[in-house]
Amino acid sequence: MIVLLIYVAIFVAAFFLVKLFVHKTTRDFTARKTVTFGDESAVRPNRIASVVSVLTIFLLWGAFTGSAWVPGFLHAPGPFVGDASFTYTAEAEGVEPDSATVTVRVFPVGEEVEAPEVDPGEGWAKDDSDTVGAWRSGLIRVDRNDEYGRDAGHTVVAVNGTPIAPGGEVITEFGRVGMSPKGTLNFEPRKGWQMEPIWLPPPEAVVARLKEIAQDGYRDSTLWEHLGWSLFRVIAGFFFGALIGIPLGYAMGLSDWFRGWFDPIVEFMRPVPPLALIPLVIIWAGIGEVGKIILLFLAALWIMAIAARSGVSGVKISKVHAAYSLGASKAQIMRHVIVPNSLPEIFTGARVAMGVCWGTVVAAELVAAEKGAGMMIMVASKFQLTDIVIMGIILIGVIGFGIDILMRLAEKALVPWKGRG
Amino acid sequence: MSGLEIENLSMRFDLPNGSSVQALKDVSLHLAEGELLSVLGPSGCGKTTLLNIVAGFLAPTEGQIRLNGHTVTGPAAERGMVFQQGALFEWMNVRENVAFGPRMAGKRERDWAGTVDHLLEVVGLKDFKEKAVYELSGGMQQRVALARCLANDPDVILMDEPLGALDALTREKMQSLVLKLWKETGKTIILITHSVEEALLLGERLLVMAPRPGRIHKEYRLPFADLGVGEDLRTVKKHPEFGRTREEILGMIWDMEEEIMGRTEETQ
Repeated sequence: MIVLLIYVAIFVAAFFLVKLFVHKTTRDFTARKTVTFGDESAVRPNRIASVVSVLTIFLLWGAFTGSAWVPGFLHAPGPFVGDASFTYTAEAEGVEPDSATVTVRVFPVGEEVEAPEVDPGEGWAKDDSDTVGAWRSGLIRVDRNDEYGRDAGHTVVAVNGTPIAPGGEVITEFGRVGMSPKGTLNFEPRKGWQMEPIWLPPPEAVVARLKEIAQDGYRDSTLWEHLGWSLFRVIAGFFFGALIGIPLGYAMGLSDWFRGWFDPIVEFMRPVPPLALIPLVIIWAGIGEVGKIILLFLAALWIMAIAARSGVSGVKISKVHAAYSLGASKAQIMRHVIVPNSLPEIFTGARVAMGVCWGTVVAAELVAAEKGAGMMIMVASKFQLTDIVIMGIILIGVIGFGIDILMRLAEKALVPWKGRG
Repeated sequence: MSGLEIENLSMRFDLPNGSSVQALKDVSLHLAEGELLSVLGPSGCGKTTLLNIVAGFLAPTEGQIRLNGHTVTGPAAERGMVFQQGALFEWMNVRENVAFGPRMAGKRERDWAGTVDHLLEVVGLKDFKEKAVYELSGGMQQRVALARCLANDPDVILMDEPLGALDALTREKMQSLVLKLWKETGKTIILITHSVEEALLLGERLLVMAPRPGRIHKEYRLPFADLGVGEDLRTVKKHPEFGRTREEILGMIWDMEEEIMGRTEETQ
């Protein structure tokens, strides 16, 4: 909630700051448009906003994980680390209530520390010491070293002078002191606003993990093998899907019999999410490569068939008529009119299919795989290796984005006439 | 018999709602080689249907088309067609578009290069031959379409409102070009248009068609196309005979339109 508020605040503040201090120097035609609200073509992404947006995400991530990459003054308050102390007042049968001090050494989890040595002090209630990990909590048996133990009716009645009862709590400057129903004190050091690394590691931990896995691999395979296998499955599945789907789509666009025969199948299979096929494919083909490639083949097949079909349907009849009256044969019309005319649609379909395949392969690997990007993050999540999970998600996103960019570049280079007909 | 013969052509088809449309009824016409015929009529008079039957894209319910003695059964290179727009191939450049016919006929480049380059020069696109067709203006695209049709050397050229999508100035230039090409090549041309002026300027013969059923209403033989070859088209338009015929035909078409309106009002 606080993070969201800070995010919105940065969004708004950056907006006003940029509007106030940055004045556009573009002199192009769009800059002269007075009507921009409602004119989609006049809305161009503000690149400053994009940069600030990305920086904001990393800033928030770093600030709330205590990252070394973010200057210390921007850090959200971290968990308390160091020696905390509070006093308790105990009663026992037949003696006056007495007070003693508890010193708790709060340490970052993972370090080995010893409880601080303290002088037992005066009175029958002796001073105690203990250790508690940051973000953790610990029971503190203050009665153990006191002269009157529980068998003598030892009860803690106040912490830092504030009365406490079983089930109650006292908030001290170092954290919360609670009392269990049985009367034992429970110290929970102040957590601060930062996220614990097991929930969200700082960015540098993710980068460090990336370097480590890139060098040493993970689960008997190098990082490149994991990503490479995922990519290989996508490309193989897409290849076969296009190999069958495009001719099928052409046939459906050119022949009434093919259209009638395959329409029910394609129209039924299209809305079935490929993820829903995973269990069936595993039953039939197992969790090996064949099953994955069949799954991706099915994911790509219908998309490519529909793209090719609509590419054929989209050809302007005047082009076909023109080609016929220029003396072209059916084969020539196919080769010189229908195929080039459908290429833009096929490229659009291929982009969609690659995106769907990439999503499907990750999901299929989450379910069962020996290698792959999805398997990597699934296994890591079982061991609560959040840094690997986040690294995996970022890599999956980068590769998916890269595939889309490559497809767009290929489209620009191969079908420059797209949308110009 | 040479030339194009249209014999007792009728076209009738059923609509999904059960009624049927008589698009053409008993249309007969003989077009000698090298004649330029313009066809005019209100919408729904079947002029595009007539052109599609001549091109071979539609089969008539009755009657037949004969070109130089043989019956037309489907599209062929002997009958070239120029469409209103959007019939160029965007994946080919200007020159490849123009050379489409010879290329499909399997001719080698050295056999067609001369004709194609000459035609590109005639239509004024010599400097644009390597351009993509979508980079050209509408008028230039139609000039490519004309050149593409001529490069295939058809016996008959069918034009379906080829200048309909152009602005008035470009249109006038293109009208001159069509007349020039007609005179130079001596092709038989059928030109469908919505514009009375264009039909008068370009039609050596002019056919006014009437709707429901589509039929020939009146035929004219006009001197303006021949005049237009030598003279400026605006001079031709000042001809008193030109204005008189234009008013006569406009009146005819207005009467037909009113008749249609009246008939639809009655049925409603």
